[in-house]
Amino acid sequence: MSRDLVIKDLHISVQEKPIIKGLNLTVKQGEIHALMGPNGSGKSTLANGLMGHPLYDVDSGEVIFNGTDILELEPNERAKLGLFLAFQYPTAIPGVSLANFLRLAVSAVRTKETNGSGDDGLIPMREFRRELREKMKQLGIDDSFARRYLNDGFSGGEKKRAEILQLAMLEPQIAILDETDSGLDIDAIRVVGESVSQLIGPELGVLIITHYPRLLDYIRPQFVHILLDGTIVESGGWELAQMLEAEGYDPIREKHGVVEA
Amino acid sequence: MANSETNTIEELGINKEYEYGFHDDVKPTFKSRKGLDEEVINQMCDIKGEPDWMREYRLNAYRIFKQKPMTKWGGDLSQLDFDDIYYYVKASDRSERSWDDVPDDIKKTFDRLGIPEAERKFLAGVGAQYDSEVVYHNIVEELDKIGVVFLDTDTALKEHPDLVKKYFGTIIPSADNQFAALNSAVWSGGSFVYVPPGVKVEYPLQAYFRINSENMGQFERTLIIADEGSQVHYVEGCTAPTYSSESLHSAVVEIVCMKGSRVRYTTIQNWANNVYNLVTKRAFAYEDAQMEWVDGNLGSKLTMKYPSVYMMEPGARGDILSIAFASKGQHQDAGAKVYHCAPHTTSQITSKSISKDGGRSSYRGWVDVAKGAKGCKSHVVCDALILDKDSRSDTYPVIEIGENDTNIEHEARVSKIGEEQLFYLMSRGLSEEEASTMIINGFIEPLVKELPMEYAVEMNRLIQLQMEGSVG
Repeated sequence: MSRDLVIKDLHISVQEKPIIKGLNLTVKQGEIHALMGPNGSGKSTLANGLMGHPLYDVDSGEVIFNGTDILELEPNERAKLGLFLAFQYPTAIPGVSLANFLRLAVSAVRTKETNGSGDDGLIPMREFRRELREKMKQLGIDDSFARRYLNDGFSGGEKKRAEILQLAMLEPQIAILDETDSGLDIDAIRVVGESVSQLIGPELGVLIITHYPRLLDYIRPQFVHILLDGTIVESGGWELAQMLEAEGYDPIREKHGVVEA
Repeated sequence: MANSETNTIEELGINKEYEYGFHDDVKPTFKSRKGLDEEVINQMCDIKGEPDWMREYRLNAYRIFKQKPMTKWGGDLSQLDFDDIYYYVKASDRSERSWDDVPDDIKKTFDRLGIPEAERKFLAGVGAQYDSEVVYHNIVEELDKIGVVFLDTDTALKEHPDLVKKYFGTIIPSADNQFAALNSAVWSGGSFVYVPPGVKVEYPLQAYFRINSENMGQFERTLIIADEGSQVHYVEGCTAPTYSSESLHSAVVEIVCMKGSRVRYTTIQNWANNVYNLVTKRAFAYEDAQMEWVDGNLGSKLTMKYPSVYMMEPGARGDILSIAFASKGQHQDAGAKVYHCAPHTTSQITSKSISKDGGRSSYRGWVDVAKGAKGCKSHVVCDALILDKDSRSDTYPVIEIGENDTNIEHEARVSKIGEEQLFYLMSRGLSEEEASTMIINGFIEPLVKELPMEYAVEMNRLIQLQMEGSVG
């Protein structure tokens, strides 16, 4: 079965204001795409809309994932199909430890055959702990992290690392990283970038949504797209990201006649 | 028990039978007629073989009760009919000291509640109240050896009459309020605990309560005396069968924390949705003593309960942690009261409430600092979680300060389960119901982590039951 994420002529509005205006994009498993755009171009709207946030209204278009049109599906059903969103602003859930949350989430997204879960539908504790410890070690995350309440009192960098840990544990086919570099200093971007690059392989397709090309130094995309005013205006390779780094968004805006938002 | 097993608790929004809503065929050996007068009280005293002072105490309390007007504040008590209640039901002839002597059908009830294994393995003693009378009361040898008394209150009155007489009603007098007066007139069962000076009880002492006869009030009376430098943790958990007509539970709990002692009293209550749960709980804490109430309220039609601590001497400390869960047709009017009667006393109140499906929860709190009680500290935190627009939460805090040199803080927060929290958890594969349950379990985590393990497990299961089928 095809593990592609295919977006066709997608229109999304927020509070009846159109934000995404006819977007087309295909991300295949194993590919890395960067979607770059200035503030207000619709980057986060696309990310939230693809994951099924109730406040983002899809007006028309199709999103086919693993051969299924997912636009009518609840967010958890999209997750079970293998779609993942690393949030720009992860929400705190006080009183719920990262480990308890992850055990339930991992059990939910893996089918019963693959996780060997017991009657309670949960992946066995011992197996889960081993896997969690392994992945935390791989990503250089301290053991104490697992016992902390989910995103509660986390620093900006810790929140982003927790997102990447979830990505590692949930093993999706397609991951959307929504401005994972925002609010981080250069060192933190390096840590997060190196973590993500460890997870990249033929099983994972990645859509990196970002304003600045800096994160891309660690995760080199094969495809770069530029989002302006709700549509992709240019697609290309690494040279497009380099051009943005050198010249900023103004020449592109001028070329496509888009006024700064 | 087949008949009542078909009862469902639609009020909870749970599409299944109320798990603990079964009803055993235990034949009460004596049941008073409905309603209350001096004759019923005299009959009760005769059967119990109580001393004259207790008979007088009850009759006096009954006269006070009759004079008290119906309580108007708190919740709606207008449907409560005092004439339509049995005030005394005796389920078996005497208290049992060994498990083997407990009648089989009563054992069956406890089996369904999952009690025996847990208690045998790690609990020091069990007083389980079955209807009005304690039928099973086991005190392990170690408790006897170190001089700890753990009896049902009726037996304590026979075996330790002086000790009971010295403290009974001294913390909560009959005239304190309408329901304290009623309990003082008709009390039956409950636990009596005495811990000698310097003795630390290593395991929680626990009692399991149930109302088993329809329309039967349960009026247990608990008295705990922690002598100087002693330490004890008492745990009560309640489940009740479901019935169609109203039921009344009105307990009184009195606790004396002498110099340097430490007492924790933990309650998890899950009354059926027709029960009026009107309880008076109070502790006196003397020099450097510490009293902790941990109080979890689920179920019932109306709960009015405000555990209180009077800090009588310097260095005393009172901590109250309470959680209320109000679902459809339920009003949880819960809270806490602390009275700083001496200088350098400290209190902490943490109140958490959850309202769903039109349920209503109220926090009613009282912080009092007496004139001259210098250097007192009190910290109050109220968190309310409202799950839908039909539900309601109120806070009624009162703070009376007669002394300038004090430090009082009050924080109140009302929150809703945020769309962002739900979306975040659902984007990781959790269903809406799983996500809501997880958020609520996180919210009550500060209470759950204070509970003995099997209660923590039960609490999480009860929350899960409450949430099942209620979303979507």
